[in-house]
Amino acid sequence: MTRLERAAPIAFGVLGLLLWQAAVGLMHVPVYVLPGPIAIVAAFWADHASLLVSLLSTLAVTAVALLAAASLGMVLALAMAASRLARAAIQPWAVVLQVTPVVAIAPLIIIWVNQQFAALVVCATIVAFFPVLSNTAAGLAATPPELADLFRLNGATRRQTLFLLRLPAALPYFLAGLRIAGTLALVGAVVAEFVASSGGFASGLAGRILESGYRLEIARMFAALTLLAITGILIYAALGAFERLILRRFGAGPPGDAA
Amino acid sequence: MLRLNGVGRRFANNVTALENITTRIEPGAFVVLLGPSGCGKSTLLRILAGLDAPDTGSLTWDDHAPPGPGDIGFVFQDATLLPWASAEANVFLPLRLAGQSFETARPVVRDSLARLGLAGFEQARPAALSGGMRMRVSIARALVSRPKLLLMDEPFAALDEFTRHRLQDDLYALWREARTTIVFVTHSIYEAAYLASRIIVMSPRPGRIAAELTCGLPDTNNRRTDPAYAALTTQVTETLRAVMPA
Ligand SMILES: Nc1ncnc2c1ncn2[C@@H]1O[C@H](COP(=O)(O)OP(=O)(O)OP(=O)(O)O)[C@@H](O)[C@H]1O
Ligand SMILES: [Mg+2]
Repeated sequence: MTRLERAAPIAFGVLGLLLWQAAVGLMHVPVYVLPGPIAIVAAFWADHASLLVSLLSTLAVTAVALLAAASLGMVLALAMAASRLARAAIQPWAVVLQVTPVVAIAPLIIIWVNQQFAALVVCATIVAFFPVLSNTAAGLAATPPELADLFRLNGATRRQTLFLLRLPAALPYFLAGLRIAGTLALVGAVVAEFVASSGGFASGLAGRILESGYRLEIARMFAALTLLAITGILIYAALGAFERLILRRFGAGPPGDAA
Repeated sequence: MLRLNGVGRRFANNVTALENITTRIEPGAFVVLLGPSGCGKSTLLRILAGLDAPDTGSLTWDDHAPPGPGDIGFVFQDATLLPWASAEANVFLPLRLAGQSFETARPVVRDSLARLGLAGFEQARPAALSGGMRMRVSIARALVSRPKLLLMDEPFAALDEFTRHRLQDDLYALWREARTTIVFVTHSIYEAAYLASRIIVMSPRPGRIAAELTCGLPDTNNRRTDPAYAALTTQVTETLRAVMPA
């Protein structure tokens, strides 16, 4: 990427913001219909403590859900790789969970799991685990057959083949799945918060958005939305950096430490 | 070393890859399998390695003991190294799978790398090595367990001519020194003539043995320019012409 290409999205964004601000000002659009960027920043500043506390609450759900999704996806993928029977048993249910909209099952989960935080985590995990599962399963299945033959020729046990060949070979796939799961966990957390807020739970960002809507504080609503978007981008970027770091470091150590 | 008695292999899709292969691999021989694409050379190597089983016929090992882990070294057309592991760790792999610790194995691993001219590259990851060097690591890995039988499936086919010549020279020197039994698959008449002590020419599918040539050029330093080499390539070419359908 040239420096110009790197700067292009920022320049484009700034230009868009300027046009937006100018249009809102020139056409006298009322602030309760569409606030300009300056009004949004002002609304954020006026209420940043409450917005940031809500963001932390959403982030806590997201982080726990991401960890749960990573572990669950990994464990199920391993089970599916280890036995054809397990694969046949798990795969359709994973797809069922994936295709059922979380908004539709969230009310049930919130009733069943009567601890709010845990209920939100369960919803977000359901949304986030599928890419980890499918990517890791694909990675475990994509072991180069010649390397598998080499392991066989040298009398490798199943355990050795798993830890020295299949898992390391699947690592890049797992990490790519994790990056997608990170943003999905955020989406899942917010969706679940929307559903839960009808039951009075309102400590997350979704609560702030709904609240702003009731009070016609559209600028504050935009501030919360912007916060959410920025958070999503940061999660994606952070997991991308984590992925590159792991892939660069992995295996660089002494030969004894691969497993 | 071993005997093949009427070995045949027919796949589930009704492709007959091999038919009635009967021959003997003598201990210390450098046997080259030469034949057109799809004639079952790789299938035969996999059967020798025990990675596939014949549908008809059988293999008989001289000491009546089928080879165990580490008795067979296999070199594929691609280097097939673990991309996340150093050259040293890749070469260590067969010993590691046999349960050795790296501390015990280190001298053997170093020695195997050095024999292939890779001293100083122990820590290099495959991505940092050239194609020729990756193939050297792959050969070092196949030799590290001191196999009875070394199987090589078109190992140099993907390399440029200069690198290929260097690797042929080095492989030949290794064989002359250690007399490991080698079965080597190639498409190249010149490679076959240069390396082989015996050439098995295979017919197009279904693969059968079409001709066998005992060769063995004089052990001189410039065999590539030796008149005997030119004569042998001519002889192999003529054999192929007689054997292949027009
Ligand atoms: N697992 C398999 N299932 C079905 N058919 C196979 C299988 N493996 C090989 N064949 C077929 O058997 C024939 C011989 O294959 P093989 O790979 O042994 O040929 P080869 O001589 O090594 O060819 P090449 O020079 O292209 O490597 C081919 O027609 C191939 O398509
Ligand atoms: Mg082949």
